[in-house]
Amino acid sequence: MQYTIKQLEEKANEIREDIIKMLVCAKSGHSAGPLGMADVFTALYFGVLNYDPKNITKWDRDRFVLSCGHICPVWYATLAHAGFFPHAELATLRKLGTRLHGHPHNEVLPGSENSSGPLGQGLSQAAGMAYVGLKMKKEPWRVYCVMSDGEQQEGQIWEAAMFAGKNNLRNLTALIDRNNIQIDGYTEEVMPLEPFRAKWEAMNWTVLEVDGHNIREIIDACNKAKSIYENPTVIICHTIPGKGVDFMEYRYEWHGVPPDSGDITGSPKKGLQGHEALKELRTLGGRIRSEHE
Amino acid sequence: MEVPLVANLFAQDIKQVPIRNGYGEGLLILGKENPDVIVLCCDLVESTRSLDFAKAYPDRYVEVGVAEQNLAGLGAGMAHEGKIPFITSYATFSPGRNWDQLRVSVCYSGNNVKIIGSHAGISVGPDGATHQAMEDIAITRVLPRMTVLVPSDAIEARKATVAAGRMNGPVYIRLAREKTPQFTIEETPFEIGKAFVFREGKDTTIAAAGPQVYYALQAANELSKEGIECEVINVVSVKPIDELTLSASVKKTGCMVSAEEHQITGGVGGAVAEVLSRNFPVPQEFVGMPDHFGESGEPVELIAKWGMDSQAIMVAVRKVIKRK
Repeated sequence: MQYTIKQLEEKANEIREDIIKMLVCAKSGHSAGPLGMADVFTALYFGVLNYDPKNITKWDRDRFVLSCGHICPVWYATLAHAGFFPHAELATLRKLGTRLHGHPHNEVLPGSENSSGPLGQGLSQAAGMAYVGLKMKKEPWRVYCVMSDGEQQEGQIWEAAMFAGKNNLRNLTALIDRNNIQIDGYTEEVMPLEPFRAKWEAMNWTVLEVDGHNIREIIDACNKAKSIYENPTVIICHTIPGKGVDFMEYRYEWHGVPPDSGDITGSPKKGLQGHEALKELRTLGGRIRSEHE
Repeated sequence: MEVPLVANLFAQDIKQVPIRNGYGEGLLILGKENPDVIVLCCDLVESTRSLDFAKAYPDRYVEVGVAEQNLAGLGAGMAHEGKIPFITSYATFSPGRNWDQLRVSVCYSGNNVKIIGSHAGISVGPDGATHQAMEDIAITRVLPRMTVLVPSDAIEARKATVAAGRMNGPVYIRLAREKTPQFTIEETPFEIGKAFVFREGKDTTIAAAGPQVYYALQAANELSKEGIECEVINVVSVKPIDELTLSASVKKTGCMVSAEEHQITGGVGGAVAEVLSRNFPVPQEFVGMPDHFGESGEPVELIAKWGMDSQAIMVAVRKVIKRK
């Protein structure tokens, strides 16, 4: 099914609403990252990836690897919208017996290739898949790996980056959520990543940068990556943490907590946060769209 | 029933072969029988004995560079795509350095990766404590789903390699650098999950793994002259461990000596004690590294100094029999 950009923006906002509802229901989890990545996930699942929710292991599916497992609420909500499991199942996030664990587990989550949680492990697995697809099986599918920016402080990322660069894994596209926050504060204060673009270029990767809330830009960048023959591509997605909920935007205090778990300066009182967040998402939906029209 | 072993078991001129050589031979067998078997290595292709495979199947050999975390992650990703990766390095680095990756990317994710840790034990010698893996059995056997194999000579290492390649699921195989007696033969049985009685006896059981199996046989031979008859069991499959064989043996002998080239904490002795305390508790003495790091020296000197040779096993046997 083909979507208009406007339809995709509306879908991203529905996914944001689901994220808030899931987190309030689960009473734990991460808020800022998932909200910030709703547009990227929507772009990937409704404008880029080749998959079939009725045949989740079809051989030529694109492999999607989430490296930063903690933003899984946005992945789960997107997978539900894409038809991998019933939408009602989102209410089971983090609860006993769920398929939607606090961090993703590939053996129970439909449509997943890997488990993640400890940061920095996804790109290696993605590179392993890409190596087999490109060099050994010579198959047409691609590998997409979503990472966070704080995660770039893990050494393993750069081991994998070197490997993919050396082997010219052109079927590998990495997307980095560059939202500038991590648990303890701003990335550039905790452990600076800049000059970030230069670091990836030095690893023999093609580097693209996009507005991570501009769905057309994200899809275009992914398509451009397909046409780059020489090396793997990393798309640095500049995002706003907490995007769509005014009192969460840019606030690292909202990195690792759900709505209504406690009082946060500048935010509505505990008990009202989930309600207010949903209200903002619904009323600000028009504003988000208008930015890109 | 005792298993068949070489005829010249205690001869001075018994053939000496590094255990790691068996891995290289096993890879060639697997390479021929299954095109999905691949090898990844971290800049140690010759010393880990992956070189013959790399030459025979250059398209199925992946050089990873000095990056053991990536080694485990790549292996997981390749296994996910149906390959059977043997990820190979020194045991201090893999599983030593990439335990979190083995835990989540490999075991938790259900990826069929074989982890090969060469140069394990204090018998690495002159390289010193940093390169002597003495903790690898503990950190691998604690992982759910992981199979842990500790071959006692090159022939058994070859059998272990082939068996690992033929089963589905993560396996850790511990290899050693130094030449040690090749005392098993083709007919000596090997099976994952099974322990084998290499010598029958009634006074104590010695459960050993790795080069210590041979030292245990030497010790049993000497003690026999004093009238002490030891039953020697080769615990090559540390996980899953053979509860039946171990329990049946101590029911007969009434005591246990474990022997390994590893920290006493968490190693083969620990695995044996876990089994016996559940089934048939008996006094046990532990031959292994006493919560200490190694040092530089010749292998034979280190084994003697730190009490992991046949002399140390004999001392432990005499001690445990008094505790019955």
